[in-house]
Parts: sequence; structure tokens; C-alpha cells
Amino acid sequence: MEILVCVKRVPDSAENEIAVAPGGADIKRDDLVYSVNEWDNYAVEEAIQIVERDGGNVTVIAVGDNESEDIVRRQMAMGASEGLLATDSAFDGSDGLGIATILAAAARKGNYDLILTGAQADDGAAQVGGMLAALLDRPYASIVNMIETNGAGLRIGREIEGGAQEINEIELPCVLSVQTGINEPRYVGIRGIRKVASVEIPVLDAGTLGVGDTVGASAAKVRRVDYFVPAVGAGAEMIEGSTEEVADKIVALLKAKGGIK
Amino acid sequence: MDANLFIYVAHAEGQADDSALELVSAAQTMFPGSKPVALVAGSGVDPVIQEIGGAFDGVWKFDHASLAYPNAELLRPLFVKALPAGSIVLLPHNTLGIDLGPGLSVKLGATYVPDVVGASAIDGTTLKIVRQEYAGQVSTHVEATIANGAVITVRPGSFKPAAASGAAGQVTDRSSDAEGLTSKRKFVEVIQAEAGDVDITREDVLVSVGRGIGEQENLELVNELADAMGAVVSCSRPIVDAKWLERPRQVGTSGKTVKPKVYLALGISGSFQHLGGIKGNPFMLAVNKNPKAPIFQAASVGVVADLLELLPVLTEKIKESR
Repeated sequence: MEILVCVKRVPDSAENEIAVAPGGADIKRDDLVYSVNEWDNYAVEEAIQIVERDGGNVTVIAVGDNESEDIVRRQMAMGASEGLLATDSAFDGSDGLGIATILAAAARKGNYDLILTGAQADDGAAQVGGMLAALLDRPYASIVNMIETNGAGLRIGREIEGGAQEINEIELPCVLSVQTGINEPRYVGIRGIRKVASVEIPVLDAGTLGVGDTVGASAAKVRRVDYFVPAVGAGAEMIEGSTEEVADKIVALLKAKGGIK
Repeated sequence: MDANLFIYVAHAEGQADDSALELVSAAQTMFPGSKPVALVAGSGVDPVIQEIGGAFDGVWKFDHASLAYPNAELLRPLFVKALPAGSIVLLPHNTLGIDLGPGLSVKLGATYVPDVVGASAIDGTTLKIVRQEYAGQVSTHVEATIANGAVITVRPGSFKPAAASGAAGQVTDRSSDAEGLTSKRKFVEVIQAEAGDVDITREDVLVSVGRGIGEQENLELVNELADAMGAVVSCSRPIVDAKWLERPRQVGTSGKTVKPKVYLALGISGSFQHLGGIKGNPFMLAVNKNPKAPIFQAASVGVVADLLELLPVLTEKIKESR
């Protein structure tokens, strides 16, 4: 099976406190640690497990600036045979549909049976996979937490409310968005990254992809105006003091509220 | 704008989901004076229409055996066929809305506006909404041009439900639109969550742990605290994703909904998915090393501290206090 996995370079929100920069035009980026979007990492692992089981190749693609190349390379080190970087200043300011349009154009240049995205990324929109499927006229399923090959198609699980799992059969070629927890992504060491350090990663620009006027800021119908931290309500009453003092106060509160049985 | 406005009514077992009336309220905020029409699709949907029809100016009913389970891959072509050009469609931002919305927007040629948590009245063809990014750590003002229609998903719980009173809107039977629909994705079954050896939904006191605990071996500190309190350990999603605790202990919209009297949130950032699984307004005490963690907005009492320092001391003091 030929599998394309779409990945995004994002600030690692497990490692960073995200704060709004003065004026609200951006978040504070100076000290941020970037990594691959967590959901995408699970998608790459899943793709690699599928080809290890059934044969085929995994290609990883990122849309972003040149720094996204490191992310593509790191994901390739997990076991993907090819990497692609879609980058062009004309892509700047794209909305979700713009990103999906770029990815659809790249996907049409290959012959992929299965396209995976993460279920969501840093902006929480959970939109690109579904748009990509619609642009390519392929069936789609979101929030996938189980993939099995099933004859000519796939048997998949979707995570739905309350911890339940919705089982579907889906035909290939298709697009799936992958949920965290579907597998245990393998660790990538320095050695693995060195191995792919010199692999060429082709660059796809707007001209190559033929997407000039349908992407970027001028085509975007959805625009982020600013970032802000909402005016908070009462919020929590904060306890301060030494560890001993804080612990004493917590014990008293828990006793009063019935938290110690 | 006087575009046609439609609200998708999610339902299960003959009852409308809470999101339906919240979407009416969201529509009134974004499109004052609009006349929302309910889209009720399924098999045997009359009880749902009787329940919530009064909140809408009209109801489009799609009653067909093929729609017995809400498969987004069937609903999308159905709505593409049925809805007039330029329509505005509101969906809940849940596992169905996420499945249906993005592709529906592409096929309708409409603007997709996902996961709205707040909004003001539309200004010409510019919709001004509030979203969140980075799991709720920051909010954003977003503007969307919706001259060619829109598919808008609204986060459950973000708008107060509208009243479902008044005369039921006129029901238009559009069931014939569902004739001959095909899909390359077939629904097979729903597997309910495994029960597990604990039932956190029945516990009065939960000691809940999140990513902030750092390492798997540190969970022992949480277990010791819970033992000292006589409480049960629950967790947020990353702990289950890492396979450190089993899924039946997960609190949140993708896990269990709990109703404790006391809830300790240890190293949990407080995403809306996690908070969505906590009902009944418990006394919530949050400990997090990040003073800006969203959990401190939901908690009754907060402590900015390192769990590895605080938990052993707290456990000892609880033991001493007995």
C-alpha cells in the first residue's frame, strides 16, 4: 500500500507555556520548542506499521517554511521512505482550505491508496483531513483509533463520545484522520536521524503544484485577527506558601469537603 | 444576511442531543432575526421532531432506513443535494460534526468555521467569532467571509440552550432526497467502552492525574495519595494514550463522565475535552506548575507547585491527620 502522511510543525504544547505576545498579533515564539504535531506522529507510526505488515511505502509531507524540513526528516527516520516539503511564500496566510488545496495538489502527483492526517493540530480545527478527502473525492473517516486491512478495503474504528468505538468498513483509496493513542509511536534516536540526514527532500512550490491563486492570504476566507487571553471570571482561589503550608491547607480543605474518607 | 439557515439536530434513541438547542442560541447570536430550519435525519425521527420542533421556524425531515445511523459519508451527499446554494449550516463540534463539516463545506462551496466558542452578530458578510488554540491556552478572534454560505461547528456547552417552546415549526418531508444514496464507508457497529475493574463514574472522590506527572514511575506518588485519602485514581487523556493507566479511568468527552463531590486535578492542563467529562460542580482542587493552565479557571482552589515535591508531603500529612 502507498501511504501519504501529512504532518505539521507546531510549538510543542507539552513543553511550552503558550502566551500572547504584546499587541496580540502572535504568540510569544522566542523560547518555543517545536516538534511534530502529536496527532501526526501517531499517523506516521500507524502508516509504518501498515507497510511493515502488508508492504508498500510511506511518504511524509509537510506544508510550511524551510524549518519544517527537520520535521519531515525526523518522521522519515521512523521508517518512511520518502519526504516532501511544500513550501512557498505564496502559501503564507492560507486558511484550512488553502492547506488542504496544497495537500490535494501534492497527493494528485502521487498514487496513494491511503492518506493519513492527524485528527487535529495546534489550532484545534480538525478540518484539513476532511477537506482533503472532499477535494480528492475520496471517502473519509475522522478520529480513527484502529485500522485493519480488510480485503480490498479497511476496517476502521472511530473514537466517539463516551469512550465508545464506531466500527466502519471503508473503501480504498481513502483519507483518514488519526487519533492519539492508536499505537505507541517508536522512539527516534540521533542515529536514526543521521541515517536520513542526507536524503533529498523534494520541494513543491506553488508553480509545481499549480495552486497559485487558490491558496495563501488573498484566497483565505477565514482569518485570525488576533490572539488574546479572555478576561477571566473568578477562577480558582490560589493557595500559596511553603510546601508544608500548602499541604496543611489542602488537608484542611479536603477534610472540610469530604475528600478524605 | 437573509441566507437559508439550517441547524443539524443530533439525536440518539429518539432524543435530541443537548447541542440542538445550543445551536439555536448560537444562531440567534450570530444571525439575529434569522429563521433557523432544523435538519432531522435518521430512521423514525418523529419523536425527535416533537421534542424540539418548537424551537425552530421549520423542520426538514429526512426519514429513511439508510440513515438509521448518522454516517457522515451519507449525510454529506444528502445535504449537498437538499440544501440551496449559499446556505448556512450549523453543526455541533463533536465527533459527528468533525466527521461531516469539513467535507460538507468543500462540497457546498461554503466557508468552514470550526469549533466556535463565542460570537457576535454578523457584520455584512463577515462573521466574527471566538475560537481557542493550544488546547485552550489562548483564544483568538477570527473573521470569516461567508458570502457563499458557511458550515459552522459550535463547541458543545458554549451557548446556553434556547427554549423549545412555542408552536412547532412546519415540517417538510424531504425523505425522498435520501433515496439511492450510496457511500464508500459502511457503518458496522458501535462497541461500548469496556467496563474495567473500577467505575470512576460512581466515585465521590477522584484523584485525577495528567501529563504534568512527567514519568510513569511518578504515578506511584498519585496512587499513594489516593490510598491515603481513600479515593480512586482517574486521569486525563495523555495518560491513557501513553498506556500508563487503562481507558476506563479516563475522564473527558472521549472517556467517562464523572460526578464526584471532590476532584483533585494533578498536572492536568484543563482542556475542554477533559472538563466536559466533569459534571455536578464538584469541589475541584488543581495543582499545576503552569500558573496559566486553563484548569485554574475551572477549579475552586488552585496551587502552583511541582507535584513531585508536594505529593509526598501531602500524603504524609493526610496519614498523620487520621
